[in-house]
Amino acid sequence: MKVTFPHMGNAHIPIKALLKGLKLEVIPPPPVSKKTMELGVKYSPEFACLPLKVNMGNFIEAIEAGADTIVMAGGWGPCRFGYYAQVERDILKNLNYDFRMVILEAPDSRLSDLLKQVKSLGENVSLWEAWKAIKFAWYKLNAVEKLERHFEYYLPRVVDKDKVEKIFDDGLKNIDQADERKEVHDFTNICLKKMQEQPCHNQPVLRIGLVGEIYTILEPVTNYHVARYMGRLNAEVTRSIYMSDWVNDHLLGGWIKKSRHAEIINCASPYLNYWVGGHGRETVGYTVDFARKQYDGVVQIGPLTCMPEIVAQSVLGKVSEREGIPCMTMYFDEHSGETGIYTRLEAFIDMLQRKSYLQSSFSTPIGVDNKFVL
Amino acid sequence: MKRVGIPHSLFYYYYYPLWKTFFSDLGANVISSSESNRLTLDQGIKLAVDETCLPIKVYFGHVQELCQQHLDYIFIPRLVSVEPKSYICPKFMGVPDMIRAALDNLPPLIDITIDVSKSDRSLKRDIMRVGSLFTNDDNQIKRAYTHACQENRFCRLLAREGYTMAEAISLWEGEQVNNPASGDLNIGVLGHGYSLYDPYISMNLVERLRKMGCNVFLPEALDIGCIEREAATIPKRVFWTLGRKMVGSALYMDKRADIDGIIYLACFGCGPDSLIGEIIENKVKNKSFMMLTIDEHSGEGGLVTRLEAFCDMLRRRRMRGEGNLPAYG
Repeated sequence: MKVTFPHMGNAHIPIKALLKGLKLEVIPPPPVSKKTMELGVKYSPEFACLPLKVNMGNFIEAIEAGADTIVMAGGWGPCRFGYYAQVERDILKNLNYDFRMVILEAPDSRLSDLLKQVKSLGENVSLWEAWKAIKFAWYKLNAVEKLERHFEYYLPRVVDKDKVEKIFDDGLKNIDQADERKEVHDFTNICLKKMQEQPCHNQPVLRIGLVGEIYTILEPVTNYHVARYMGRLNAEVTRSIYMSDWVNDHLLGGWIKKSRHAEIINCASPYLNYWVGGHGRETVGYTVDFARKQYDGVVQIGPLTCMPEIVAQSVLGKVSEREGIPCMTMYFDEHSGETGIYTRLEAFIDMLQRKSYLQSSFSTPIGVDNKFVL
Repeated sequence: MKRVGIPHSLFYYYYYPLWKTFFSDLGANVISSSESNRLTLDQGIKLAVDETCLPIKVYFGHVQELCQQHLDYIFIPRLVSVEPKSYICPKFMGVPDMIRAALDNLPPLIDITIDVSKSDRSLKRDIMRVGSLFTNDDNQIKRAYTHACQENRFCRLLAREGYTMAEAISLWEGEQVNNPASGDLNIGVLGHGYSLYDPYISMNLVERLRKMGCNVFLPEALDIGCIEREAATIPKRVFWTLGRKMVGSALYMDKRADIDGIIYLACFGCGPDSLIGEIIENKVKNKSFMMLTIDEHSGEGGLVTRLEAFCDMLRRRRMRGEGNLPAYG
């Protein structure tokens, strides 16, 4: 059995570790590229949202690389994602590919059901080994996120942006290849140290909140690297969604670490008073939260026609007005004209920089000697 | 007498008799906005976010119209789920909040939450809460609700005769509606009721087909048991109420010998439609299938041409006894 799974940013690192720990042969799809997009767009329903198209591209490339089993997540609505796996399976079958699809979905996102499904994947491993695999994957996930958070902090502040990007990418690669907890730990620390040693500049750094749909936020290819682009424009980007938080809140019921989920949901009221599927309510809640933390602006991203994000976008205007935070919404589809996206981002950042410059007598500039502690 | 406004849009086409009877029985004066028209659409487009789908935009226009009529309340329900374990659509779940964010001169909203996905206890509580705005007599509220449900069932029975829901509602209100004339082609027409039965949104699709000599078969006229049985044949239960109905109807029509072709009316940007359309297209093997996508673009010519071509093709195929052979041999 050669297992593959869809890409979602750096999630392939812990997922690979997990599947390997279950003694499965893993063939991750090649990194999302132009070809992936083209394949996905060609075979997907025209009006489906972008994640489905990228998934399709991933699966086709992975099957052609030799995979015969696809692991995919499911759900029970109202967001379309719950029906992805069904449509994807039908399309792939119609293309005459030979494969098996394992859909992980818990009736009410209960951990026990999910564990059973994961266990059924690894037929040859004991429960203890499965548990170890899950723990190791969780450890890797946290290591990856530690790097991501530091990278988000240092990218806007360092002088040589290319260098810090390279350090970050190399760090991820090392973590991906590590087989031991100790190795992961060491690689993480080496990478963090290198980032900290980079010389920083003295210019002011804006703080921007990135909110929106989970896949678009986590998979940089589908948002045309907006987070890195803003980082390069000296804006520190804080995401609303990190993979570990999502796992903790939705799969583990919040028992691994302290969760801010309930607090964020409260923030969404009175603007959005009901759960609207996907991350619609979280988008509104985090926007309010960022505003109250004195962030300079919020960028909302999502795939075109994303239903929960449209609801969120409809109320963000009011949030922006009442909480006094500039918001911009960007939707992405397979149209890949990056220039338009970057022009809008530059204009947004310029506007915020100007605003913060005019108010600069009230705030202290952030300099080199501000040490970052996580 | 308190005046309650009901927008003539979205789930109006499924539940108006229920809502109207309920509020009238409680002694309110029910005012619905006028049928969708150019003005409604223009105002809706101005108010709503660009990316929303056409029916939601039109809904904004209706609410805006009601805002100018000095009402005590506007009834904007939050429709989460009308049957266990199924949803309508995320946008419906956020409609009251979207309206509040977009319009400033709103009268108080009655934003009852209709969610029976797990149990109907909270719905019952909400009905009492809404009723208490008009009367203190709990029994009167309960009686009004039971009566309202009866009226709604009666209206659905009218729709079983082959009327669209819009026509059924007119009949229910005591207006005259012409019997659908009979034609030589039998065409199944599917789509979300709030776009299909709104003559302005669907560009009068059903009426146009009838004029072209077609008998139109709508999901409301089919046997519910058959629809559900067919819908259950696909591997995963569709968790959108309307989507499941569409899939079931399409599969049922696919099997019926008397139906010549199926037309699916979808809205641009509709989330469920983007996947449901694909599933139906994939599963309908025996009938001609056409998918029409509409948005606020109002040129009717393209739609008419496609409908004519579809009907011509079906007639020609039957005339020649062509069967399923492609035109080129």
